[in-house]
Amino acid sequence: MAEKTITLVITRQDSPDTSPYEETFEVRYRENMNIISALMETQRNPYNAKGEKTTPVNWESNCLEEVCGACSMIINGTPRQACSTLVDKLEQPIRLEPMATFPVMRDLAVDRSRMFDSLKKVKAWIPIDGTHDLGPGPRMPEKKRQWAYELSKCMTCGVCLEACPNVNDNSDFIGPAALSQVRLFNAHPTGEMNAGERLEALMEDGGISGCGNSQNCVQVCPKGIPLTTSIAAMNRDTNLQSFKNFFGSDHAY
Amino acid sequence: MTENREFFYRRLHSLLGVVPIGIFLIQHLVVNHFAVYGEESFNKAAGFMHDLPFRILLETFIIFLPILFHAILGVYIVFVARNNTRRYGFFRNWMFYIQRITGIITLIFIVWHVWETRVAIGLGNAELDYSLMEGILSSTFMFWFYIVGVVSTTFHFANGLWSFLVSWGITVTPKSQKIATYATLFVFIAVTYIGVRSLIKFAYGI
Repeated sequence: MAEKTITLVITRQDSPDTSPYEETFEVRYRENMNIISALMETQRNPYNAKGEKTTPVNWESNCLEEVCGACSMIINGTPRQACSTLVDKLEQPIRLEPMATFPVMRDLAVDRSRMFDSLKKVKAWIPIDGTHDLGPGPRMPEKKRQWAYELSKCMTCGVCLEACPNVNDNSDFIGPAALSQVRLFNAHPTGEMNAGERLEALMEDGGISGCGNSQNCVQVCPKGIPLTTSIAAMNRDTNLQSFKNFFGSDHAY
Repeated sequence: MTENREFFYRRLHSLLGVVPIGIFLIQHLVVNHFAVYGEESFNKAAGFMHDLPFRILLETFIIFLPILFHAILGVYIVFVARNNTRRYGFFRNWMFYIQRITGIITLIFIVWHVWETRVAIGLGNAELDYSLMEGILSSTFMFWFYIVGVVSTTFHFANGLWSFLVSWGITVTPKSQKIATYATLFVFIAVTYIGVRSLIKFAYGI
């Protein structure tokens, strides 16, 4: 009996400026393969299904346990992580495409810089550096810590931006991930001291007002982060902040 | 302050859709419903609205300007979206898409409707009474055009009410948003009934 193989139909692109094309690969099947190990076969044996020698497929991956977010791609029409997607659970042929929201660098590797730029824009960190020891920060209620922990699972993988109809070439919307991170850092007792700065970043062009409530993000998030709850909570906070800024408040920090 | 006005404009857009436009819509359809009680009843109610003090100011600031702003920014919002219901066929994504489609249909309908009624009356080419609507809706095509226009408007209003509750941070939890879906569905059915019922009366006299 012939060796069992799996078919990969991969949308490839040689460089950021060239046009994409499809290439089919037949790779040797092993038990418990994930998409990464299937792609590795194209490196080990860089021949396409027609038997022609080709370049190995390029992709990005790091942790291989769905916490780094680097290997997101569209697998049989669904944006998800290649590492946690098992070949045995997929229909054949397996179609792999790069995420369309981001600029393609090569093959399946995309440039997610816009997400990291958004995190910088909304100040998704807690400023604690000083010239002297500031001592311990205020404590956090356990109940709050529990939901905030869920938000901290975001790995900036880009799947929510890929699914969002309002994140595209026509719009500068920063997308759901960064909005939820503002909620996370504003929930932190020390981070809360700079809450206003983050909210004001969300009120800039391309900020929270770009959300059109399609709620695709919460459906597709691989970490199950309550993104739409975060967005609605940030809607409330940005509205209150704008009223405080306009009418005046001693609590608008 | 020319930059970063998007937040303000989008919030204003959301607010205007409900206050005053949504309130005006309900008032308009309820007053139309007098038609169901007979021609005289409608003419009396329409006459009362027509003879309100400061009518031109009320029309300008409660109806024309808010709708104009809502429509212009709305068309921009429609063109910013790249709809993807084919790949992501979730309920809310469909609502998002239909909200944009009904927005455009409603705009076309309102432009035609205002031209045919308010503008025609303003130019003295028509009289504000029962027979004006009776005449327009006696054509089967116009009847169905009005049905589509009214249902599209009431959908856009009811679903917009749902997004209003989210955009203003009133319904935050998934549970409250779900209840709001049912509540706005009820609003849709109720307001649609009020509107369509009068259309049937005008067109078929029943």
